[in-house]
Amino acid sequence: MIAEIGQFSLILALVFSTLLATLPLIGSLRGIDNLLLLAKPAARALFLLTLISYVCLTLSFLNNDFSVAYVANTSNSYLPLIYKISGVWGGHEGSLLLWTLILATWTMAVSFFSKGIPEIMVARVLSVMGMIGFGFLLFTLLTSNPFDRLFPVPLEGRDLNPLLQDVGLAIHPPMLYIGYVGFSVAFAFSVAAMISGRFDAAWARWSRPWTNIAWLFLTIGIALGSWWAYYELGWGGWWFWDPVENASFMPWLIGTALIHSLAATEKRGVFKAWTVLLSVFAFSLSLLGTFLVRSGVLTSVHAFATDPARGLFILIFLTIVVGGSLTLFAWRAPKIVSRVHFNVVSREMAILLNNIFLGILCFAVLIGTLYPLVIDALGMGKISVGPPYFDFIFMVIGIPLTAMIGVGTLIRWKNDRIDRISTPVMVAVALSLGIGFSSPLLMGHYSLGAGVGIATGLFVIVLNLANLMARTSKGKRLRGLKSTPRSFYGMVVAHIGIGVFIIGVTMTNTYSVEKDIRMIPRDIHNINGYEFSFQGVTTVKGPNYQAIQGHFDVTKEEKKLTTLRPEKRTYLVQQNPMTEAAIDAGFTRDLYVALGEPLEEAKAWAVRVYFKPFIRWIWLGALIMALGGGLAASDKRYRRTRQSTNTSSSTIDSTPLSAS
Amino acid sequence: MNIGCQKPLLITIVLFFSVITSPFGHGQQEIFTFSTAKQETTYQALIKELRCLVCQNQNLADSNAGLAQDLRRKTYEMVIAGETRSQIAQYMVNRYGDFVLYRPQVNRSTFILWFSPFIFLVLLISLAFHFIRKTRKRSQSSDYSEEQLAHIKSLMQDKR
Amino acid sequence: MNRFSLPLGIFVTMVALLAVGLTLNPREIPSPFIGKPAPEFLLPALDENASQISNETFKGKVWVLNVWASWCVACRQEHPLLMDVANRKLVTIVGLNYKDKRSDALEWLQRHGDPYRHIPFDEAGNVAIDYGVYGVPETFVIDKAGIVRLKHIGPVTLEDLKNTILPLVSELERIES
Repeated sequence: MIAEIGQFSLILALVFSTLLATLPLIGSLRGIDNLLLLAKPAARALFLLTLISYVCLTLSFLNNDFSVAYVANTSNSYLPLIYKISGVWGGHEGSLLLWTLILATWTMAVSFFSKGIPEIMVARVLSVMGMIGFGFLLFTLLTSNPFDRLFPVPLEGRDLNPLLQDVGLAIHPPMLYIGYVGFSVAFAFSVAAMISGRFDAAWARWSRPWTNIAWLFLTIGIALGSWWAYYELGWGGWWFWDPVENASFMPWLIGTALIHSLAATEKRGVFKAWTVLLSVFAFSLSLLGTFLVRSGVLTSVHAFATDPARGLFILIFLTIVVGGSLTLFAWRAPKIVSRVHFNVVSREMAILLNNIFLGILCFAVLIGTLYPLVIDALGMGKISVGPPYFDFIFMVIGIPLTAMIGVGTLIRWKNDRIDRISTPVMVAVALSLGIGFSSPLLMGHYSLGAGVGIATGLFVIVLNLANLMARTSKGKRLRGLKSTPRSFYGMVVAHIGIGVFIIGVTMTNTYSVEKDIRMIPRDIHNINGYEFSFQGVTTVKGPNYQAIQGHFDVTKEEKKLTTLRPEKRTYLVQQNPMTEAAIDAGFTRDLYVALGEPLEEAKAWAVRVYFKPFIRWIWLGALIMALGGGLAASDKRYRRTRQSTNTSSSTIDSTPLSAS
Repeated sequence: MNIGCQKPLLITIVLFFSVITSPFGHGQQEIFTFSTAKQETTYQALIKELRCLVCQNQNLADSNAGLAQDLRRKTYEMVIAGETRSQIAQYMVNRYGDFVLYRPQVNRSTFILWFSPFIFLVLLISLAFHFIRKTRKRSQSSDYSEEQLAHIKSLMQDKR
Repeated sequence: MNRFSLPLGIFVTMVALLAVGLTLNPREIPSPFIGKPAPEFLLPALDENASQISNETFKGKVWVLNVWASWCVACRQEHPLLMDVANRKLVTIVGLNYKDKRSDALEWLQRHGDPYRHIPFDEAGNVAIDYGVYGVPETFVIDKAGIVRLKHIGPVTLEDLKNTILPLVSELERIES
């Protein structure tokens, strides 16, 4: 019964998305106000229906209703409660429903937080989002219905994949999807602007907070995935350049470029056509990611429920959405008038360079991901493109980009002089080169690459702090800091996050120690002054698994630090063994132990012992970046405009399309 | 098709981070000893750049499939026998094709892959500078001020 | 056409590529051996009493090299077909026994039948590495001059046999080496 309610509301949601996608848009084009005003109620109804459907699926999980095929495939009555809730998105069908729900949530959010925006614009934006919603609802109902029944009803479910029975992974997909799907708002604003043919600063200002919020969630989502891969996969890596990771990274790169070009468009009225194009790209890449992930055209460590029919559907959908918006762009963009008037030394130029570099990085990720496919499609054989390629490109292009971040934020809009900023830049160069190239001396061996990486990271941090100081004069510093807008803090904080991230990556990649060793109980192994003493193994029992647990006492300079207990788990339903690494996390280093296979009839064990310096800085950097995004999105400016324009511009701008 | 008869290579999961075999899988994690540190770095670098063919997308170092173990052992033997990194890579390519290399060889078919990002980067940067110089010249030759120009443009746009 | 249509053009090209990509199998790896001499090997026979086997033995013959193991589930699937080919004496099948235990392999053959003319015993899997084997079963067709003509990955099906392998074998048989 519950499943049927879920199914029914999903169909109703499809109906409402059809209404939303068509009526308000027609109303906006023909100047029919009544149709226009349907947008908001329809958006909210769409959200409510999708939510009901989602809740029904969750209830089916909680009730262990194995007559629902999806529940039988991804759950089990012994599954702990939290994983029953997160198990809803533990498979293709449910995660698609979550995706749709998040899209409906964004749509609803736009309907509520759009007070200062003319009704006609809101109607068009919501209509475009309704179209996307329609596509995904249709996709769910036609190819991946989570409410399909199973007969005969199995007594027990096949359980959630053990790898997904983890808190980090439980919250990773929602974060990632909020980010992915959030770019649909910026996309919808751009399409709406293209339909109306009006590109003013207001359009960019409306788009900005939405884009910032989407970006911050995507940042957190990617960071969570990386963190999870690190502790759960048992080989201590944090990024594998896997097609699926790349699929989430590409929208991030373009989204980052978009945030910057939106700033330039809003503040200076430049790069309008380019900004529109970027917002189309950011969302297109989210869709492309979905295609790559769910169609099976690429092999990935992250294995998916792949089905050519699904791949075909997404490809057609992608073609309509992206092809349609790019056609609109080709038609409308020539009419966009940008007020280009800036010097070579200007913030505009810095943002242009930022966009070029980020665009090229995204292009490299795209071409690296798709190249094997292209070579194959052309019948030229099979090749692999892996970490060595991506690392190389990001080193060569990413380091100059990072160095530019520091300088770019100091430069003023429109027209600036090099000599105005040369003093702080030179000081920062001296400082970061000095510290950067001497700090590897403190480590085990000297590495020039580490010097470059640390210096670059420091350069960004130092210059951004200097920038903050420069805004405030001596004596009135505290008042100056208080009056500094949040968006400025957001910029400084996010950039500092990048610096922290770069330092973390550099240190981890250069100075990690990874040892695969054989240990018998009472064996002691020394890594970088840390003594790992193996105490043997015991058997432990979890709620739905059994595990062999190793005990490792870690001491440094005769002082006991901690006991690490890595596990090898065997889950009762899906019998594959799982490695649970034990990690002693620290600000400057992680100690990481994973238990391998028993050797010589369990007298000895294969053990992986890692020393990972500064690895926390990688995720810390990402979190700082996300914090920056949040600060920028919460700037007073966006809220104030809403309130002030609320009273002034409630008239409906009903310019028909033909007249614009 | 049952490849290598290892544990399931294709567990169907949809999430963005999900992996097929547990790193320690079923085989044994062999413990190798090296006489020189250089040999160990060569070995470590190689097993990170060689692809485990039976896995979805894993290198030899991270995989515990039977084939990965065999190829690790082979790599180890060749390193100990004093063969160079490129010799061992070539040995693998001769047997498994270019697919086995995560670092694609630079040749005619991978030229675009390796060089296009840099070519486009240079191209776009010079375009950007060209664009600015052009518009600056145009605006300098104009008799109107920037504000006037913008005003005129917006008037023209409204007419259209 | 203007420069603003450029993104659309690039996108259309990409969609076309992705559409082609949908039809391909990313797990299929072409063998670099096709058209090249089969790697040489010298291995003991599975039967300890028999003499060593090398590929020189099959010079001047068209032969099929089938890589198998007793622990390989998919091998059982193609086994009746191989038995049929052997009973009808259509081609010489050589069974490379891959990473197996002698006793297990012999017992397996007893139970399911032995279609192989010769069985080289590759305990360590080194010869399999030389042949670029990455899955079991795999099947190679090698011509009279010792050149690899075909590589099939995974269990051989009746269609594979009828449509590709056997026609190729009889075509190769006709060519004088």
